[in-house]
Amino acid sequence: MLTTLFRIIKNGFLSFWRNGWLSMATLSIIILALLVFEGIIIFNILTKTALTALQDKIDISIYFKTNTPEDEILKTKKSLETLAEVKNIEYIPRDKALEIFKERHKNDSAISQSLEELQDNPLLASLNIKAHNPKEYVIISGHLDEASFKGWFEKVTYAQNAVVIERLGRIIDTAQKGGLILIIFIALIAVLVTFNTIRLAIYSNREEIGIMRLVGASNSFIRGPYVVEGIIYGTIAGIISIAIAGPVIYFASPYIKIFIPEINLWSYFASHLFTFLGYQLLFGIGLGIISSSIAISKYLRI
Amino acid sequence: MIIFQNVSKFYNNNSHQTTALEDASFTINSKEFVSLVGKSGAGKSTIVKLLIAEEKPTNGRVIFGSYDVNKIKQHELPQLRRRIGVIFQDFRLLPNKTSFENVAFALEAAGRLQSDIEEFVPQALEMVGLKDKMFNFPKELSGGEKQRVAIARAMINHPDMIIADEPTGNLDPINAWEIIKLLIKINELGTTVLLATHNKEIINYLERRVINLENGRITRDEEKGKYILV
Ligand SMILES: Nc1ncnc2c1ncn2[C@@H]1O[C@H](COP(=O)(O)OP(=O)(O)OP(=O)(O)O)[C@@H](O)[C@H]1O
Ligand SMILES: [Mg+2]
Repeated sequence: MLTTLFRIIKNGFLSFWRNGWLSMATLSIIILALLVFEGIIIFNILTKTALTALQDKIDISIYFKTNTPEDEILKTKKSLETLAEVKNIEYIPRDKALEIFKERHKNDSAISQSLEELQDNPLLASLNIKAHNPKEYVIISGHLDEASFKGWFEKVTYAQNAVVIERLGRIIDTAQKGGLILIIFIALIAVLVTFNTIRLAIYSNREEIGIMRLVGASNSFIRGPYVVEGIIYGTIAGIISIAIAGPVIYFASPYIKIFIPEINLWSYFASHLFTFLGYQLLFGIGLGIISSSIAISKYLRI
Repeated sequence: MIIFQNVSKFYNNNSHQTTALEDASFTINSKEFVSLVGKSGAGKSTIVKLLIAEEKPTNGRVIFGSYDVNKIKQHELPQLRRRIGVIFQDFRLLPNKTSFENVAFALEAAGRLQSDIEEFVPQALEMVGLKDKMFNFPKELSGGEKQRVAIARAMINHPDMIIADEPTGNLDPINAWEIIKLLIKINELGTTVLLATHNKEIINYLERRVINLENGRITRDEEKGKYILV
């Protein structure tokens, strides 16, 4: 049993080595497929971060008239929090709003100066509402329109931004759906190309497979080395694809940061290196084993 | 014991039918030495292919020992084939393996010990005079050398039966006689031998049973036969 396993592994390595350029050609195709997978994973991470960042920027703010008692505002907050669509509500009192405003404009002497001259705080208290899903702002806005405490509202930002918010919601929605379809499509192509490459490699060995059968080798003894070869392909391709992706990500990372400031791709990649490697090995080895096993079964019927 | 019972084999390629074997019936007893003669295309190799289940008969039954060859289960097939050592007309060596590994493969496939392999494989290769070509690949061997590797591989497992399909076709007379003597010796030690050949001298020298094939039909089957070309 152990000798057989040892022979299968030995034959797998021998075959990989002796098939020379054929092994190299197959290997490079698998590396390409794995790079595609890696690209997909990274694309996924980037769009997710970008979309959450974008979603985070969308909100509805209710500004209250200056004479609204804080009690009323808190009551409003409580009642809005019962809505299923609402993720969270931040209450910004007038003095806090002023603080934020000052902080934001501290380098602008004209504004700070004119603020000093004002006796009164000119800013309004507000409730900042975030929904779970950008599409739900319409619903929240509808609630606000019918609310009993509407009389205290000075203005609601949704009305002004409604079109933009709605459009963003739709863009995010289609981006997620379209991205998924695209990913499935690309992944499918990568899998098919790999499968066909391995199939061709085995096809070129079909005569040998027949000979092995005729001299009394069992199917598992013949299939084994090809599965081992599949594992070798997957392992080498996984490591090489990571080694290629590393420097690319390192150099691309600063440029990506310009578009999506929320992510530092390089440090993400570096800190998740082993997760990435694990995925690549899983994809590569899985693909190698499955393709080999399926492709060879056709020639084991003699 | 081998039994062919009204066996026919027709090949169909692009609506054209070739008769390779028609209604052939014969029995080969254990430890017999049988020669199969006939012109090129008469159906000799077809009989070999049917025996090791490389091809299925169109009609009839093929029996090898306790196996009904056409009804054999997939997992029993390797066991059957390990009991028959075949020297193929076209050698069928594994191109990516050396002479040593080609011969060793039959033992490996049978699950034999590594120590057996290291002991028996060089012996077998020495027996066919190829000790110095042990680590050469088939593409580095001459036709006759390849044939001798195939012979060593067929014999290494001590099979119940050796089938030699034109085993001397690529050999010079001296080497050819060495192989024939080897087959006779193996037969004397208790192995059934089926020899397909065109070689008149060999047949006449052997004075053993001869089955004569013509266009897929058995036309003669005699003990101590002579080579008769019609
Ligand atoms: N796979 C095949 N497809 C179609 N016809 C075939 C096939 N294999 C063999 N034949 C035909 O079957 C017939 C018998 O072939 P076979 O190989 O048994 O001849 P043979 O007696 O071994 O000849 P030789 O002495 O030349 O080796 C031939 O006419 C051959 O053309
Ligand atoms: Mg023939």
